[in-house]
Amino acid sequence: MTGNVCVFAEQWRGQISEATYETLALGREVADKLGAPLTAILTGCNSRNLVRSLGVADSVVYVDHPLLAEILPQTCAAALVQLFLNTRPLALLVPLTNISLGIGTLVGARLGVPVINFCKDIQVAGGRLEARCVMYGGKIEATVGATGDPAVLGIWPGARPAEKGHIERAVPVTDAAVVLEDAEAIRLSKYIEPEAGDVDLTKQDVLVAVGRGIQDRGNLGLAEELAKALGGAVCGSRPVIDQGWLPLSRQIGKSGLTVRPKLYVALGISGAPEHVEGMKGADLIVAVNSDPHAPIFNVAHYGIVGDVLDTLPVLTSMVEARRAHVT
Amino acid sequence: MHILVLLKMVPDVVEDLEIASGGTALDLDCQRMILSESDDHALEQALLLKERHGAKLTVLAVDAAEVDDALFTAAAKGADRVMKIVGSDAGLTTRQAARVLSQTIAEEPGLMPVDLILTGVQAIDDLDGLIAPLVADELHMPYLGIITGIALDVSSDTARAIKEYPSGVRGEFQIQLPAVLGIQAAEKPPRYVPVAKIRAAMKTVKIECAQVLTLADGGWPAVNVLEMKQNEPAGHAEMLEGAPAQVSARLCEILAGRGLF
Amino acid sequence: MPDALYLWILTLAAFGLFGHRVFRYVKVLSGARGEKRWDHPGQRLRLVLVNVFGQRRLIEEPVIGLAHLVIFWAFVFYAGSFFWNLVRGLFPFLPIPFADQVGWMRIALEAFGVLGLVALAVAAVRRYIFPPDRLEKSRDATIILGLIAVVLGSSLAGQWFGWRSMWWLHMVTVLGFLAYLPYSKHLHLLASPFAVFFGSLRPGSVPAPSPGASSREEFTWRQLFSGLACAECGRCDRSCPSFQGGFALSPKMLMHHMKELVRDASAGHNGTSFVGDVVKREEIWACTTCLACMERCPVMNEHVPILIEMRRRLVGEGDMDKSLQEAFKNLNRYGNSFGAPPRARSKWTQQLDFPVKDARKEPVQYLWFVGDFASYDPRVNAATCAAARVFHNAGLDFGILCESEQNSGNDLRLAGEEGLYESLQEKNLKAFRKAHFEEIVTTDPHSFQVLKHEYPATNGARSVRHHTQLLSDLVLQDKLPLPKKLHMRVTYHDPCYLGRHTAGFNGPRRVLAALGVELVEMPRNRTYSYCCGAGGGRIWMEDPPVFKERPAVSRVREAASLPNVHTLVVVCPKDLVMFQDALKTAGLESRLQVRELSELVEQAMG
Repeated sequence: MTGNVCVFAEQWRGQISEATYETLALGREVADKLGAPLTAILTGCNSRNLVRSLGVADSVVYVDHPLLAEILPQTCAAALVQLFLNTRPLALLVPLTNISLGIGTLVGARLGVPVINFCKDIQVAGGRLEARCVMYGGKIEATVGATGDPAVLGIWPGARPAEKGHIERAVPVTDAAVVLEDAEAIRLSKYIEPEAGDVDLTKQDVLVAVGRGIQDRGNLGLAEELAKALGGAVCGSRPVIDQGWLPLSRQIGKSGLTVRPKLYVALGISGAPEHVEGMKGADLIVAVNSDPHAPIFNVAHYGIVGDVLDTLPVLTSMVEARRAHVT
Repeated sequence: MHILVLLKMVPDVVEDLEIASGGTALDLDCQRMILSESDDHALEQALLLKERHGAKLTVLAVDAAEVDDALFTAAAKGADRVMKIVGSDAGLTTRQAARVLSQTIAEEPGLMPVDLILTGVQAIDDLDGLIAPLVADELHMPYLGIITGIALDVSSDTARAIKEYPSGVRGEFQIQLPAVLGIQAAEKPPRYVPVAKIRAAMKTVKIECAQVLTLADGGWPAVNVLEMKQNEPAGHAEMLEGAPAQVSARLCEILAGRGLF
Repeated sequence: MPDALYLWILTLAAFGLFGHRVFRYVKVLSGARGEKRWDHPGQRLRLVLVNVFGQRRLIEEPVIGLAHLVIFWAFVFYAGSFFWNLVRGLFPFLPIPFADQVGWMRIALEAFGVLGLVALAVAAVRRYIFPPDRLEKSRDATIILGLIAVVLGSSLAGQWFGWRSMWWLHMVTVLGFLAYLPYSKHLHLLASPFAVFFGSLRPGSVPAPSPGASSREEFTWRQLFSGLACAECGRCDRSCPSFQGGFALSPKMLMHHMKELVRDASAGHNGTSFVGDVVKREEIWACTTCLACMERCPVMNEHVPILIEMRRRLVGEGDMDKSLQEAFKNLNRYGNSFGAPPRARSKWTQQLDFPVKDARKEPVQYLWFVGDFASYDPRVNAATCAAARVFHNAGLDFGILCESEQNSGNDLRLAGEEGLYESLQEKNLKAFRKAHFEEIVTTDPHSFQVLKHEYPATNGARSVRHHTQLLSDLVLQDKLPLPKKLHMRVTYHDPCYLGRHTAGFNGPRRVLAALGVELVEMPRNRTYSYCCGAGGGRIWMEDPPVFKERPAVSRVREAASLPNVHTLVVVCPKDLVMFQDALKTAGLESRLQVRELSELVEQAMG
């Protein structure tokens, strides 16, 4: 693995995650620019069948161990450190998700190498890696020189389209063995499935999302009318759920659902990364916000700067009229 | 039962952020700082556990601009001890701060033993690492992050922690104490404490000061920031201009064009 | 003498019962928090004269007002005559005549007796056939009406037809009435003169700082006394915008809760708490602190201070809805409830074509305290700019504090966050000390109220005025050129904090007159003005899930009902925002527009 670009592949509940494919896509680009091979590292227990999905890499290292059945940061980091004992890669890319958070930090600390979080892009300049990091809630971009042996980089979801990193293909697989101590300190007891909401948002074609910009719980009705006119459902960003205006089952984002509807209308949503993570895959994103600098306009396809409460009723009646005409 | 909460101040992004001359860091001179949001949740979770189990609660932070406000507020909310680590250089990176905190926790008289260490899962400026796993490693404790609920079993020295996964799924874990947990959200939103109580705390509570311990050499990997600038995103929406009626009409055309009617 | 003996027995029994009950009340009141209400005795006596002997507030409802006035004076005379006769009856050897044996007294008694019975009839007809809204139709009230009728009737009968049996009927009834008094709502007979005497000389003021109240010992004696003095007339409910809007609060019920608290018939038992269980949180938070209830209450009860004390208790426990908590956090951190950066406070000035002075950097004559909504809310910016242009065109030397200005803190006190008020006040005072000005003017009535009445030496400012007062003064001094007379019919809304709280009714009207507009008053004007619903921190709170109609909607309907009036003039930024929203809700946007006075003045200046 010396001189390789490595990507830590997350497997969870029997599947490779979206974020892994995104990271693989980025890894592929970086590896190609460097002229280095791309290796995917998969940890698990009886998960070898998943290596086929990692076909965008040139090779896969698969680590099987009962303690790696669930991804626990300290255990995974221990495994990775063992892998790198004799062969240090050029770079290790780890997705920054609920599943893998902490792995990059621990690998960096245990190997004494730098860690760079918040990467949404990696450039190659003169044979050296430069990470483009988005910090401070999306407001600041930092370019950080990635040195270290390996350079450990934490990759934001959405850095690249997942499709680019997903190829089903057989590639050479190395089975690596590691010795892991079981301190029995952390045990998964069970998974708790989310409460079935009345509506399965992941199956909706149209979603009308509300954020703080609707100002008052009483204005939800306006959003519901638009959703009805468009044949979709209402959902919200975390602040709206925290206020109790919508139930947890309607939350979109890092702490909620990830959706890919045909149309996503973001009303009064600022576009913080945690929310964008959950909806960036929508086919068509339309955003309405009174702040022209709201980050949502960077992910939306169409944007309207204005008062949500002024625009909403007008839009709803036009959509209804249009619908009536068509049918 | 002794619970320790680690707090950190971060730039308040409500204000516009300024880049310092030199272009590789933020200009923090006139920048207002605010308690990192997930640290606020960690404090709230600790207060809830204190109320349930009568635990002792200590709050610890590295000295920084406006950290006193956060510590007094923590005291007003119910923390038993508030302490800050003084004497370190300004502007520690996350990794350096984790080292400083761990050393103080391990060696400052009167802090150990600690049963549970809570801190926010991630702050907006955690560029080179995360506090929780680093502190856990230094103190040889188990670590779990993205926690949204904790139940303690004092008699068996274990905790049951709820961790958030994608798509609204949660995992329930049994954890041996002492442990470090990275809090995503407390079971209840951070409580409000009236200003009068904070002002009273400022008069009656003493923030203890711990001197930073000589940093062991090595393991200070530099963060090589080449440039820092305002984020101008690559992609941007096509903006529709005009009065609500005009933009709505245009939008309807676009939706019709996409076959959404 | 057996007669006197029976009388002694009855008298002792009646006084005993009466005294015992009253003594228990006094004991409860003395265990409550102290409050100094002995100051300015002359002013207080005058209030008693006007409100108790003159029954001024009752006469606001003329029919029952007159009837009550008659009953009151009948009562005064009859009570006087009763005691006179009682003494004569208990000490038969005293060489004094009975009351009705004295010429002029007899005439007075007869006259008041007859008039009193007529008044009782009027009262009875009103109560049972044409009852006003919210009048408590209790058995207690019926008993009282009956007793008074018997008292008057028996006395008249005694005077006309001979006393023998009437004497005993009269004496027993009165003594019985006396004994029953402290158990009934007619305790207000005894309590109201004291309630008025010990009433607040500044009804709009917030109670002295305290951690809040939720038990008998934590309220002040005057706050508890409100429960005893309440006659359950319902005038407070009839004027309360929250109650009328279908929100949870009923000021009359609040007084009833206080009465129960004094009688120990309410909370503290079985772990129920007065604040939260007996008086529900929704009730406590529903108040807009508009002061209509206190303005109408004939016994000068203190509904608003009581609610504020309870809010303080809730705030102390962090018990409030999330949007209020968010507002508090933002006010504490950024000095405004919007959570907007302080630096953006003076951004609105960019819309003007002249610079606005920074009073921190150069001396000005007028420091204009702009206020949060006027600065940050885009819906209000137009009015703020109009005011700036009016000041500019009038040649006034004015400046603002820019980002050093914080929320004045008025509504924090009303919402129960006294500590945050103090913190904001400190910051504002610090800013005042650094700035150079001679007078303060503000376009926000809420800020006006607290800057004028609560802030200590505001850097030795010669005066603190609301901008309508300043404009009015300029009009009087002929210093406001208004060449272009506006020929419009308008109506004007008295804002609570300029109106009831600070009695600023005439200034705006003088300015309107000078503009040449025809002012058509709404039915509810001046002290009857109907609150827009934003005060008391309510603009920061969420609406309850169920209610009838927002007060602002009721108000714009009232304005729209005036023939040929298409403009509603306001002088408060919150009114502007609330009424604009209300027009949308009520679908009246094409019928009525809301304009701030400065916008009209600017038009008239040409």
